[in-house]
Amino acid sequence: MSLSARPSRPIEERIPVVLATGAAGRFGRFFVQSLHREHRVVAVDRRPVRGLPKDVTHVRTDLRLRPVEDLFRRYDVRAVVHLGIVHNPRASEEGYRFNVVGTQRLLELVAKHQVPKLVFLSSANIYGPHPDNSHFLTEDAPLLGADGFPNIRDLVAVDQLAQSFFYKQPGIETVLLRPVHIVGPRVKNAPSNYLRLERPWVISGFDPMIQLIHESDAVAALMRALAPGIRGVFNVVGPEAAPLSRVLQVLGRKTRSVPGPVARALLDRAFRFHATGFPAPEIRHIQFNCVVDGSLARRVLGFEPQYGLVETIRSVLGHRE
Amino acid sequence: MELIPRGRPSRRRRLARRLVSNDLRTRMARMTAELGELGVDPFGFDPETVKYAAVPLEVLYRHYFRVLTYGIENVPSGRALLVSNHSGQLPFDGMMIGAALVFDRDPPRVVRSMVEKFVPRLPFLSVFFARVGQVVGTPDNCRRLLERDEAILVFPEGARGISKTIDRRYQLERFGGGFMRLALETKTPIVPIGVVGAEEQSPAFYNIKPLAKLLHTPSFPVTPTFPLLGPLGLAPLPTRYRIYFGTPMTFDGDGDEEDAFIQERVEQVREAITALLERGLSEREGIFR
Repeated sequence: MSLSARPSRPIEERIPVVLATGAAGRFGRFFVQSLHREHRVVAVDRRPVRGLPKDVTHVRTDLRLRPVEDLFRRYDVRAVVHLGIVHNPRASEEGYRFNVVGTQRLLELVAKHQVPKLVFLSSANIYGPHPDNSHFLTEDAPLLGADGFPNIRDLVAVDQLAQSFFYKQPGIETVLLRPVHIVGPRVKNAPSNYLRLERPWVISGFDPMIQLIHESDAVAALMRALAPGIRGVFNVVGPEAAPLSRVLQVLGRKTRSVPGPVARALLDRAFRFHATGFPAPEIRHIQFNCVVDGSLARRVLGFEPQYGLVETIRSVLGHRE
Repeated sequence: MELIPRGRPSRRRRLARRLVSNDLRTRMARMTAELGELGVDPFGFDPETVKYAAVPLEVLYRHYFRVLTYGIENVPSGRALLVSNHSGQLPFDGMMIGAALVFDRDPPRVVRSMVEKFVPRLPFLSVFFARVGQVVGTPDNCRRLLERDEAILVFPEGARGISKTIDRRYQLERFGGGFMRLALETKTPIVPIGVVGAEEQSPAFYNIKPLAKLLHTPSFPVTPTFPLLGPLGLAPLPTRYRIYFGTPMTFDGDGDEEDAFIQERVEQVREAITALLERGLSEREGIFR
């Protein structure tokens, strides 16, 4: 008799696992490589995946589909780590539904099967770079990220879904992590791609403070969030903040200074004609501060970044340690 | 420690480097600041930039306003709230208090002041202000700076003070109470400051309020030279500045008291500043002397 044909087995016979979504992404794969050293891992992603460790079970499915629930019946899921959020400014409609509906579905399953732990990877970007921001945003700051950048409203929505889970399911240890820009040799997100540009644009007369975190430090924070007893919302901050101009100086970049309105108009057109992957509202990130206070994570999670500032910046160049 | 490639300094930087006097360089070297790997503090303050900004500032301080300071030893080394009267249409009083702490205090100190909320929207100016240690005036920013044991300059009269007309010179406007709550909460001593001289630098006899509203500025002053001579008319007169630093005042409380309790203590600070102003006015022999 095949495994899937059996009725739901008693929990004591099931294998304890940690279920990770979004495991086929560059960061997801890297995280799973750390995770599988300590836990049996079931990786869920709708994309095909290569290079996962052999003892990791990969299930290729969309979070919104039925096979996902079967995983909760088949295994003793001890924790769910939700990385499976699409950050694609182009896939707006579909991405919105995938993120919001997929997350909603996952939360329902976590509640139904009373998984003791849920770790959720959000982002500090949802506070939004804003000229009125206090210099250090704490976890209680308003989530204004979608203000002026409606395409990321789903990222704000899923963060809020996770927040409401705290009071809906007080028995489940929910951890919501909001890391600053994750960079490193593996990840290819907007901030690291920007730092890889040979001649990046900067906005004339603006030089905001930038916070980066090395991908290994971000993984370390996730691992700490899995520790029993930890719950709450945490900003996750790497080394100290630095002005954008100095970050680019470390990389030896020659910048092109473009006035704000011109940059916005040009980028808007370029993005529409698929000449660039950067949507115009992201200009705000190189214009205004979005600096967060990571002291809560330091106190409660005991998280300290291992990578220094220069090391973290240089990591985008791809020298693997 | 890795070396950070900084490239060849630009022509502007090399020129500025030549202008910075040795005296200033040694003074700046004695200033302490907790800096990160790339030479700035978490708020974006960069002592290198201050060095260059100090060059024109020194000219203003020593030769234009010919500032006299009294009691500067009253500024402690730890956290401090410097509370001053505010006047003169453009905030040269703030610049001169900052300059006094750099040029006349031993050891020199950089004062962090709280700038208006619209500053981060301004190109170039936003960066300059951040590099010389000025921070947007939110209570949270102020609290964090005090917890880092910085000296913070506040003008509790705010825009009411700086934009008042010449007939109300040396009459303090209503004081806001936010600074007192922060001082109580963070157990910070308050140093009262009286600035004499700034009140006459741009003698405004009228404030066209509708025009100010239209231009989104705190005021639209009419002085003998402005708007007659255009933006140049905003240049202040070379009045002589006298800056009086009073003895530090400490208050007991936790900052969460009722308004009446706070206002009572605010009033004491206001009276201390009034006394400093009276002293200054009796000691000076003329606006320019």
